[in-house]
Amino acid sequence: MSTETVTRLSRAQMAWRAAQDIADGTYANLGIGIPEQVAQFVPEGRQVTYHTENGVLGFGERPPQGEEDYDLVNAGKKPVTLLPGASFFHHADSFAMIRGGHIDVAILGAFQVAPNGDLANWRAGDDAVPAVGGAMDLVVGAKSVWVITSHVTRTGEHKLIERCTYPLTGVGVVSRIFTDVAVIHVQDGRFVLKEMVPGMTVERLQEMTGAPLATEGKIGTLCPPAVG
Amino acid sequence: MEKPVMGIAEALADVPDGATVLVGGFGGAGSPIELVHALIDQGARDLTVVNNNAGNGDVGLAALIRERRVRKMICSFPRSANPKAFTELYLKGEIELEVVPQGTLAERIRAGGAGIPAFYTPASVGTPLAEGKEVRTFDGRDYVMEHWIRADYALVKAETADRAGNLLYNMSARNFGPVMCMAAQTTVVQVRNVVEPGAIDPEAVVTPGIFVDRIVQVADPAQEELLFAEGAVYP
Repeated sequence: MSTETVTRLSRAQMAWRAAQDIADGTYANLGIGIPEQVAQFVPEGRQVTYHTENGVLGFGERPPQGEEDYDLVNAGKKPVTLLPGASFFHHADSFAMIRGGHIDVAILGAFQVAPNGDLANWRAGDDAVPAVGGAMDLVVGAKSVWVITSHVTRTGEHKLIERCTYPLTGVGVVSRIFTDVAVIHVQDGRFVLKEMVPGMTVERLQEMTGAPLATEGKIGTLCPPAVG
Repeated sequence: MEKPVMGIAEALADVPDGATVLVGGFGGAGSPIELVHALIDQGARDLTVVNNNAGNGDVGLAALIRERRVRKMICSFPRSANPKAFTELYLKGEIELEVVPQGTLAERIRAGGAGIPAFYTPASVGTPLAEGKEVRTFDGRDYVMEHWIRADYALVKAETADRAGNLLYNMSARNFGPVMCMAAQTTVVQVRNVVEPGAIDPEAVVTPGIFVDRIVQVADPAQEELLFAEGAVYP
């Protein structure tokens, strides 16, 4: 399929778009990779408290170079700073926050997502070393689970597909998908197209998607500012 | 009750071959690297090690694995910047791996310390990690049964201990420390500072001394991430 007339979002722009949907007063957990960048783009005036499963609530930006303390890290083991009101806790308490339904939204990466909300993001094949981390706890525990992912793989294969073929992380858990070309909600076992980038057509996006795309009313334009 | 403050070799002298050892830390944060190096020196083999990860580079847990002293790893995420020691043995089939969702891992250890042999969690339901496990439905939702983890030893890094064994940690280096201290027959903590009973405010104690058996003072502990960045190799 040809997509040369379409501008795809950068990783930072995908994070920016997801950040626009985070409500004021949210406790949010951000996964390793693109989701980590969401913290940079929360709209002015909204209070969002970030949780990292290794045991910190209320962390802030990366410290300046030379001031890193590797006893103060996020889930990706990258140094962070603390904001006023931050707290530390041990792992069992941290996952009580997650599993106990106290985290409002978890934003993760994905290998595959299906219209029934199934997510596969921890193991792509049998030859690799399996590594799950906190993803299985997050997807069953957070009130909402959103995914940020490229719409297709580097080789053009579908990531949004009728049924996940990789081992599942969770069953029926995903409610929103932010890709580099579209915003899709997962509703009632369907992919519902909400926004797409300028120049994209529903027909072309459908070709890039391995399951039917439904539409409800007007499709918005996905056009984030140049961020990064 | 006062807890013994011991030399590092003495504190690990009785670890037998085949022991199950909880090793604290999340990546380098809270990694009790001096205790792990002392365990390498001590020589115990055929260990089952529980840690969130499976080591990085050529120091600490990665070095213990590289020296073929670990029969089985129980962890949630056996990857890091350079997990070569674990990966090489795993791909050759020379080390066992039990991969556990991170929250389930923490709760299994906590349950071990709390005397609860099993519990039900929604994490992993419908995934390969729930295969072969009992699933029960409570209030219309499915949960998988998971068993406690109890260990022979816990090796934990904290910041300060008083002689009663009460512990304070340093920021996110706390991670698995408090639950691991609870779940072992013998808990050995390495701390930067040892203070007299009364010097830690009881309101501030994170791990009460009842969960601590032996204290080792390491006044200037190495940070695993920094050793890794230097390309350090142990021994």
